[in-house]
Amino acid sequence: MAAISETDTGTSNPLLRLWRDKETRSVIIQIVTMVVILTAVVLLLRNVVINLEAVGKTFSFDFFFYPAGYDITFSPIIEYSSRDTHLRAAVVGLLNTFLIAICGIVLSTIMGFTMGILRLSSNWLVNRLVYCFLEFTRNIPVLLHILFIHGLVVTLLPVPKNALVFTDSFFLTNRGFFVPLPVWGPTAWIVALGLAAAIVFVFFFARWAKKVQDETGKIYPVFLISLGAIIGVTGLAFLAAGMPLTWSYPELKGFNFKGGLALKPEFIALWLALSYYTSCFIAEIVRAGILAISHGQTEAAYALGLRPNRTLQLVIIPQALRVIVPPLTSQYLNVTKNSSLAIAIGYMDIVATVGGITLMQTGKEMETMIVVLLVYLSISLVISAFMNWYNKRMALVER
Amino acid sequence: MKPWNVPNVLSATLVVAALGVTGAASASTLDDVKSNGVLRCVVSTGVPGFAYPDASGTWKGFDIDFCRATAAAVLGDSSKIKAVTSTGQTRFTLLNSGEGDVLWRNTTVTFSRDVGVKLRFHGINYYDGQGFLVKKNLGIRSAKELDGASVCIQTGTTTELNLADYFHANGMKYEAVTIQTNDEGRQNYVEGRCDVYTTDASGLAAIRSTFSEPNDHIILPEIISKEPLGPATRQGDDQWSDIVTWVLNATVTAEEKGVTSSNVDEMMSSKDPEILRLLGVEGSQGEELGLNKKWAYNIIKSVGNYGEIFERNIGTNTPIGLERGLNALWTNGGLQYSPPFR
Repeated sequence: MAAISETDTGTSNPLLRLWRDKETRSVIIQIVTMVVILTAVVLLLRNVVINLEAVGKTFSFDFFFYPAGYDITFSPIIEYSSRDTHLRAAVVGLLNTFLIAICGIVLSTIMGFTMGILRLSSNWLVNRLVYCFLEFTRNIPVLLHILFIHGLVVTLLPVPKNALVFTDSFFLTNRGFFVPLPVWGPTAWIVALGLAAAIVFVFFFARWAKKVQDETGKIYPVFLISLGAIIGVTGLAFLAAGMPLTWSYPELKGFNFKGGLALKPEFIALWLALSYYTSCFIAEIVRAGILAISHGQTEAAYALGLRPNRTLQLVIIPQALRVIVPPLTSQYLNVTKNSSLAIAIGYMDIVATVGGITLMQTGKEMETMIVVLLVYLSISLVISAFMNWYNKRMALVER
Repeated sequence: MKPWNVPNVLSATLVVAALGVTGAASASTLDDVKSNGVLRCVVSTGVPGFAYPDASGTWKGFDIDFCRATAAAVLGDSSKIKAVTSTGQTRFTLLNSGEGDVLWRNTTVTFSRDVGVKLRFHGINYYDGQGFLVKKNLGIRSAKELDGASVCIQTGTTTELNLADYFHANGMKYEAVTIQTNDEGRQNYVEGRCDVYTTDASGLAAIRSTFSEPNDHIILPEIISKEPLGPATRQGDDQWSDIVTWVLNATVTAEEKGVTSSNVDEMMSSKDPEILRLLGVEGSQGEELGLNKKWAYNIIKSVGNYGEIFERNIGTNTPIGLERGLNALWTNGGLQYSPPFR
């Protein structure tokens, strides 16, 4: 039927003839689609304006500069008190979102790659164990994982008075894990300088070593030398600066531990749950990526005399990454977006601060939600852009 | 749409969507309620004594009884209610987006809610204040000793702001453990995630009543705020606002005049003209509200007067065990006082 109507051009109706032309038809469809979408957007906006007017609400972001009035206890990066503005509360929430997103991405990547490789292990037990863990975990909604871990921490761990103690300086309680915190002295900049110098050296050394290898084929142990340089130079700088480091130890004072670094149960629950949940998907992506490289590649590399680790490093991984990176990007985006589930356990991220308490106390639903949406959109676009750049770098360069 | 523990982002999105997609709340809430045949009350997710589902799933409590009273006045049947559950954060959103008709949810009347959130408040059905609940074995006697404590607090409430102010004013620090619902708060408190649970003193009494050993917990003497709790409606519907206002006033006036659910029929032939006006024997007050003559009669007959509602749900003979205190009638030294039915 389709074939008949395609070939039947002998109609007298010019509109019908236009429609039958493939190119004009696609233009018409595009125009119609655009009109429909634009109309929908305009109608939505119009409704928003009318409805805001109907309830007598103004559209303004001034409230960001009024005192927030509420406390955010978990603000590890900047100082915050209830006398600060809603804007600062928003920044605290934003930083907390960044913190959980970055920590989540790092941990889920490490766990995901490890499990992905273990999943390919020829050891039957390891292989099956990982398989069971993956299937069990990724088929349960992440919110339940978060609530589960939070419940475990709060219910099973002891209150601060009966804290589980390790070497008198690490404390495990249901109010968080308390660990010693390094406190740098005034001469710490010398150490930072040493580290920076070492990194610069490593950068140029690696380039030089690659050049030598390209020209002469001589291979330097770049990794070991770099590691040695970084540790050695930084260590020397540390000694030269007179060891400007003391530790702040957590100590039970009154109700809670003071001093040290506190990893709150809310943070831990969210971090762990998000990480191991996402790592299951990453593991499958990694496995798929490695399996996508045909075994012939390995054999060919062996035939050229490459050792197994060099084969993995120079032949398999670079090719596998091309398969892995695009889907990995969406997993990173998922970690970031899923971090908004923080609200379920009271971790103060951008949703809990701006989209939660600020919204509630000011009644500015439209404004706060727009801010939250834009924040997530921007973070996601940045991650996307970075991963696309990385993917381009890794992509097959045909010579 | 059930707002059970839905993270507030969802409900806020819902409002944005509601603002964007649906028309504005229609002109007359009264007509909507009558045509639906059911009154949708925004209530809490569960506070014993105030609003909670019993073993059979029927909603009970002080706030629920006022919801029933409203339904009795509007629909003539106190059972025609639907409880729209909400967290502290989602309640106004639900009301303003038209998911509920009236809010009876131990909600504090404040300036910013009245003016900023664009609500209408209709009097005070419970005079409350914020207190602190702690375990007895901590040996704490005063809220001034709470420096450094972990405090469980429902997010999106006035108590959250009072708490920040109180600790700031007294130069003390604390760890705020923010939770969404009363049940979550209870769990965190029981497990020792927080040392203190803070909310309105009535709510603390309600929670304490659910512990296996209520006497192991004490409510500290400091009441750090005024929490006048009352019903709210959306702005812009004066008729509906009048109805909710006078439902509350009717229960108070009935108590003042000694009209109870058991004697209301005899009171129909009372000699007191105000009782006759209240019960619709004389005058046309019901019609003026857009209701029928027997609106207040229906309230008192099926739900009771203010005192009955109080004693049935949270009074001294209930597990909650609250004294009337500030909520006694003005004639008994309390603050409950209704404008006259004239």
